[in-house]
Amino acid sequence: MAAEARARRLALRPGLALPALAFLLMLGAIIAAEPRVASYFGLTVLLGFAMPAIFAALAQMAVIAAGDIDLGIGPFLSLVNCIAATWLTDRPAAGLAALAGLVALYAAMGALIHARALPAIVVTLGASFVWLGLAILVLPTPGGAAPAWLAAVAAWRPPLLPLPLLVGLLAGAAAEWLLMRGAYGVVLRGIGGNPRAVARGGWSLLRARMSLYAAAGLAGVLGGLALTGLDTSGDATVGGQYTLVSIAAVIVGGGEFTGGVVSPAGAVLGAFIMLLTGSLLSFLDVSTDWQLSAQGGILILVLAARALRRRGRA
Amino acid sequence: MMRWAERRPWVWSFLAAGLVWALTSASVGGQGAFASLAVALEFATFAVIVGLGQMLVITAGPGNIDLSIPGVMTLAAYLATGLAKGTDGGLAAGLAAGLAVGLAAGLFNLLLIQGLAIPPMVGTLAAGFIFQSMAIAYSRHSHAKPAPALVGFVNAHLLGLPLVTLVFVGVSALVAQMLRRTVFGRSLLAIGQNRRAARLAGLAVGATVGLVYVLAGLCSALAGILLAANSGGAALNMGSDYLLSSIAVVVLGGTAIAGGQAVPAGLWGAAALLDLIVTMLNVLHVGAGLRYVVTGLIIIAVLALARGRAP
Repeated sequence: MAAEARARRLALRPGLALPALAFLLMLGAIIAAEPRVASYFGLTVLLGFAMPAIFAALAQMAVIAAGDIDLGIGPFLSLVNCIAATWLTDRPAAGLAALAGLVALYAAMGALIHARALPAIVVTLGASFVWLGLAILVLPTPGGAAPAWLAAVAAWRPPLLPLPLLVGLLAGAAAEWLLMRGAYGVVLRGIGGNPRAVARGGWSLLRARMSLYAAAGLAGVLGGLALTGLDTSGDATVGGQYTLVSIAAVIVGGGEFTGGVVSPAGAVLGAFIMLLTGSLLSFLDVSTDWQLSAQGGILILVLAARALRRRGRA
Repeated sequence: MMRWAERRPWVWSFLAAGLVWALTSASVGGQGAFASLAVALEFATFAVIVGLGQMLVITAGPGNIDLSIPGVMTLAAYLATGLAKGTDGGLAAGLAAGLAVGLAAGLFNLLLIQGLAIPPMVGTLAAGFIFQSMAIAYSRHSHAKPAPALVGFVNAHLLGLPLVTLVFVGVSALVAQMLRRTVFGRSLLAIGQNRRAARLAGLAVGATVGLVYVLAGLCSALAGILLAANSGGAALNMGSDYLLSSIAVVVLGGTAIAGGQAVPAGLWGAAALLDLIVTMLNVLHVGAGLRYVVTGLIIIAVLALARGRAP
């Protein structure tokens, strides 16, 4: 019974049916063009690079839940990628400490934004330069090598479900459980929706924002590791595209920029959709030059449709 | 002194720029001090041009920001050089096309923000990526050099100072006067301070904010065209540093990030400060990585401190 109620609540969540339908339609279109995709191996290859996008989207979602936006998540993935391809391979202890330090820096960024009431958009944009600079300092020219265990994880072929789908399922379920089911999840979403009510309830807004930013940092680290496992090397500029992809994934997945309205399951679906835009373009023989346009265009379409629907209702 | 400076928020950026310049000059024994200042001012000019547009947008109040700057700069630069085909005869067509990109970009942003009620930060971000991918597609067919006359203009000097710098010091002064004396300028400041009150007072809120985004698009396009002429042609990554620069010079220059108060003069101090810091780090033989880190940290630090002073 509980499972059924949960399933119904998930299905009724505003906006989740639409991205699910869009994902299946896009996948169907690609399979129609290239039937070989519809196999365990085909899906593994097609959806492989969804893994970093999923974690980037969940990181962005944590920040958007706080009513903020993160313009630095792409370069942050690059930085994790560079650390993972150098220190984590040569000196695992130092590498792990550096990655833990990055999560702490994200929490500190949340604390700073809260304490000084700073516009997150400017702080994270400034931070994006810090991440980029650190990435160049760690790895001035593309190279390095992923730790063998990380490459092995990325190349693992689990039974039944292709790895990207399994990762999406697990990461989405974990984020759902933490943010949508847990008691503290309500508090976390509350600081984006109604911070005064949360504060009146006796919860620390500072701690809540720090938790969300730490979660974003952790998801960013996982995303960077996933990227490293797939690429098996490091590059200080490899993550740049993930800023737009992550924002678009959250919004396409049903998230809103105000009010702490987010959907972890939707963000995961959104990440898959954003990844498939690239594949769909190449199957339609459109140059990948236009991929940015397609992703930006989808973001605009979804937001415009939502605004028009709201206007119709009012 | 403190009270005098409080009413002139641009003072701090000039003081900081002067300090960095003096330190750098002293560390090399005063050699080439004025030449390095002229070079810093020349590069600062491009940040000031995009900064002028960003300043007007930010002044329109909370939530208003233009993140399409890199895409607009790049597309305008490619079309301007592509249509001019490296000749002075094509310069007029190139300039017109480049500025048309700016105008169209401003109108497109406006459509997203006011017509479709999309938050400015996402609308302009997505629009910027669309312009960027247009530039990527166009760049496959065009490798033109900038028109010689335009190159001559951006490299010309007057009294030891770059001519573009002098021209845009004049433009900044005009913008300052516009903010102080015209209906548009005063409406913009009022809207930035309290949008609701401005609307209730009967100000043309939609038209004023709309004009601001169009002006910002034109500023980005102009900066892209001039930068391409300055660096021998357009490049796909030419705009990437200018998104942060545009916001940085606004914040460091003393303009209120919450809107309602603009300080055009501060853009110059801030842009000079950022470029002189780069000069200093170059003199110290610091690599690109540390330069990015320092730039990012300065912006975050100044933002945090400035917020502490003003309520």
